[in-house]
Amino acid sequence: MLADKDRIFTNLYGAHDWRLEGARKRGAWDNTKAILDKGIDWIIDEMKKSGLRGRGGAGFPTGLKWSFMPKEVKDRPHYLVVNADESEPGTCKDRDILRHDPHLLVEGCLVAGFAMRAHAAYIYVRGEFYNEAQNLIEAVKEARAAGLLGDNACGSGYKFEVYVHRGAGAYICGEETALLESLEGKKGMPRLKPPFPAGSGLYGCPSTVNNVESIAVAPTILRRGAPWFAGLGRPNNTGTKLFCISGHVNKPCNVEEEMGIPLKELIEKHAGGVRGGWDNLLAIIPGGASVPLIPKDVCDTMLMDFDSLKNVGTGLGTAAVIVMDKSTDIVKAIARLSYFYKHESCGQCTPCREGTGWMWRVMERMVTGDARIEEIDSLQDVTKQVEGHTICALGDAAAWPIQGLIKHFRPEMERRIRARTEKLAAE
Amino acid sequence: MPTIKIDGKEMEVPAGITILQACEMAGIEVPRFCYHERLSIAGNCRMCLVEVKPGPPKPQASCALPVADKQEIFTNTPMVTKARNGVMEFLLINHPLDCPICDQGGECDLQDQAMAYGFDRSRYHENKRAVPDKELGPLVKTSMNRCIHCTRCIRFATEVAGVEQLGATGRGESMEVTTYVESALQTELAGNLVDLCPVGALTAKPYAFEARSWEMRKTESVDVFDALGANIRIDTRGGQVMRVLPRLNDDVNEEWIDDKSRHAIDGLRHQRLDRPYVRVKGKLAPATWDDAFAAIAAKLKPIDGKKVAAIVGDQCDAESMVAFKDLMAGLGSANIDCRQDGAKLDASSRGGYIFNAGVKGIDQADVILLVGTNPRVESPVLNARIRKRYLSGRCTIASVGPAADLTYPVERLGAGPATLRELADGKLGFAEKLKAAKNPLIIVGMGALTREDGAAVLALARSMAVVRDDWNGFAVLHTAASRVGALDLGLVPGEGGRDVAGILAGCGSKEIEVVYLLAADEIDTTKLGKAFVIYQGHHGDAGAHRADVILPGAAYTEKSGTYVNTEGRVQLGQRASYPPGDAREDWAILRALSERLEKPLPYDTIDQVRARLVAVNKVFAALDQQAPGAWGSFGTAGTTNDAPFVSTVANFYMTDPISRASKTMAECMASRSQLMAAE
Repeated sequence: MLADKDRIFTNLYGAHDWRLEGARKRGAWDNTKAILDKGIDWIIDEMKKSGLRGRGGAGFPTGLKWSFMPKEVKDRPHYLVVNADESEPGTCKDRDILRHDPHLLVEGCLVAGFAMRAHAAYIYVRGEFYNEAQNLIEAVKEARAAGLLGDNACGSGYKFEVYVHRGAGAYICGEETALLESLEGKKGMPRLKPPFPAGSGLYGCPSTVNNVESIAVAPTILRRGAPWFAGLGRPNNTGTKLFCISGHVNKPCNVEEEMGIPLKELIEKHAGGVRGGWDNLLAIIPGGASVPLIPKDVCDTMLMDFDSLKNVGTGLGTAAVIVMDKSTDIVKAIARLSYFYKHESCGQCTPCREGTGWMWRVMERMVTGDARIEEIDSLQDVTKQVEGHTICALGDAAAWPIQGLIKHFRPEMERRIRARTEKLAAE
Repeated sequence: MPTIKIDGKEMEVPAGITILQACEMAGIEVPRFCYHERLSIAGNCRMCLVEVKPGPPKPQASCALPVADKQEIFTNTPMVTKARNGVMEFLLINHPLDCPICDQGGECDLQDQAMAYGFDRSRYHENKRAVPDKELGPLVKTSMNRCIHCTRCIRFATEVAGVEQLGATGRGESMEVTTYVESALQTELAGNLVDLCPVGALTAKPYAFEARSWEMRKTESVDVFDALGANIRIDTRGGQVMRVLPRLNDDVNEEWIDDKSRHAIDGLRHQRLDRPYVRVKGKLAPATWDDAFAAIAAKLKPIDGKKVAAIVGDQCDAESMVAFKDLMAGLGSANIDCRQDGAKLDASSRGGYIFNAGVKGIDQADVILLVGTNPRVESPVLNARIRKRYLSGRCTIASVGPAADLTYPVERLGAGPATLRELADGKLGFAEKLKAAKNPLIIVGMGALTREDGAAVLALARSMAVVRDDWNGFAVLHTAASRVGALDLGLVPGEGGRDVAGILAGCGSKEIEVVYLLAADEIDTTKLGKAFVIYQGHHGDAGAHRADVILPGAAYTEKSGTYVNTEGRVQLGQRASYPPGDAREDWAILRALSERLEKPLPYDTIDQVRARLVAVNKVFAALDQQAPGAWGSFGTAGTTNDAPFVSTVANFYMTDPISRASKTMAECMASRSQLMAAE
């Protein structure tokens, strides 16, 4: 269990003052100038050494990502873009950072932006997060008034501004290139890659898009040193992580824990255990709606980090643990996710536009068993035709939950089909 | 140059091209829907997936991926085939099975590619999506159930046509291509949407249910509705022109044509002159060729050639024009003119009346000055080329002339010759830009030259110094398809001859007794006075109404003819169908008439006429090439008046006898004026 001294988000629950004064008491903005004075190379090197992997879901090493930015600013300015469009079902970690610890994020923007040679950061906040955005805007104002941002940020001589932009509530705008499109005022549709944002991003300028959590932890890592962060968690899965535990647990919560914590420990220690005891567990979606579910027998020994979850065919994603006990209609649960992806597909590319609707409709029939057994195979085949054939990862995200369901709960799907067939025959 | 391997075959390709282009160079066909050479890359149909090593273990969209050195590309692995089959299945699940009643049938990309990647039955057991059809105006018919959301139409409208009126609303499977406000697109290039649509979602409204693509005979020809000389393909069935499509020519029209070129063809069926007429007791009465010729001979033989005048129309082919000129010379008349609009162009210096830089030159121009022209209505395809130049960046465009929305930003320096004079005197800042430019281009329209002071304006434009060692940026944008050819052949008044204004004045003063109009309808026929008028042409328009004898000729689709476009490019149009009734090809009519007038022309076949063309001007020797124009002196320095330049094309949809007879064009006009009124 993570020791209190190792916590980064010390006001995760909003028990204390979120404003500048309170944040400073908790250590934020403490001699940020010293960090900047150590130079860009030192910052990026330290980030690399810390082993921090992107907290938005894909787990790409953050330091490496920063290092992709051009080494000098040419005719186009550099931009840091922070992805606060947290819309993944089950995920609510960035929300608490925005409303309870916004200064960690604002300071992170300065540090990260400095390391990217950017003079401006745009924070794209999910449209529904109205109050959260207000706190963030307030935090930016405070930082600016205190000289922590502006023409001479923290007295370092570096000019840096942070702008907050609110989205309009489309899930796809959490995809980094769709986010850039939306930020530019266009329809939120993912761009083709390459070119990658580091080459041509916001307004065609070199940009890096990072998750809120990745940016918010950066100042603390740099202040306490990479070895401290790398010493937490497991190799290649270092540090601390915010977990969002929801569903059939006694005390749903957000909690900061060490990477690699056993899933069972996470749920029992922090969320008051599964409703009706561990044995009442049916399945868990470990990383937000996009990743395949894992059944109880896998959950028993599961460690919560990128590599362990990848090994069992799922992923850490945003670390949004959705717990489902035995009262759950598992097929219906996944069908609901399919509906979500059908609703949120941007409609740009063929497999996702046509496939998400197809999958959802078949899933709806699977709920009632109104299908033939072979259709499970054809459904599996359709998910495979969507996966990996689309411009962005939404197609994959729509396919994976269904693949997980078929992998682990095929007998249940077949049972329903048979039951319905028999019932119809009896009538 | 990167070296890549495609399906095991090693090849070197130019850097910066995409994998799809590399595959095409290797002769490997990659299926695609959204990709189009002349539009931005969308990468959304996912049909062109290929396997690329090194790369992620999933297929990549080849249209959007640039080639890299040592890349290995596979286009026929099981992974690729399975992915393409999958995409095809997705496209088909919501696509209606209405191919038998779809106008795209037979020339549908989806149909063709389904043969290669489709499956013979469906696994999709749900209901198909239903999408309301959209209203896109009188030319584009929509059947949105068939839409596969490739967004080619949206990209064309936004990028090429420059009207941001088409877009997609909704998300996911609710995405719909629409104008949102359900009104016609305000562009003169709407017909191209139909060509671009890979399926039957957008089809041509006037052509709906008219014919099947495989029933028609395809003839290559040249457009005559403006002076660009767009390359077209005429599709005919049983002697009737069913449709006109663009033909690829990067030097001229790329692959676009405007709506008039494409859809005015129904005018070829109406108001046609299909037999000779002779005016008897004030009324035109049907006659035989013999009667008509006799009436002409009776009138012409006794009078002096000086009392005979000839005016050439705007859509004439070079063959008939040279025969016309020779006939007039035989009659001893120097009163011949091709400039119906009174443009003060002189035929002595070719550089002074052609678009010297060439249409392709627009792509290189860095400063463009439009003088007295609205290219959007005078030549929409050329205007799209200027827009393309604007989009590629670092090009300043300014205009002296009518204010108009040209689909790209234009700095309007002034309205008339006064501004031009200030520019020539270096009094405007823009003069510096013009001087400093590497490839400056001055496009002079007819609006600047058809005035009293046209010659002075021409001289002013010439003085603007846009000629470099390897570049001639002086460009005249004509509006008449026949004009450059006519000037090349010297169809201007000879020694002591009268121009159009002089001829009309002569009619009033009875110094001119006979006027021969070769498909000339754009003159003020009320000024013909009491003159005996011979009208030779294909439509019962202004000229025919006033005529005393009508000789029915052939429209551009009905004869093999040579046309010289505004750049001075000589192009040949083939005959696609036959003239109706007794009508004949124009040069042949003139040849027959000359026999009756006992001044026989020295040619009996079209080849002999063409030899005569070359004899008159050797530019006619080389087809499809832009012969450079001699850069002599032209224009006359003089005073100019202050009247603003006005484009000579007031109404894009009705500029000539064919489009005036076209119902479709009338509908377009009504639709456009409705929109204007609504605004």
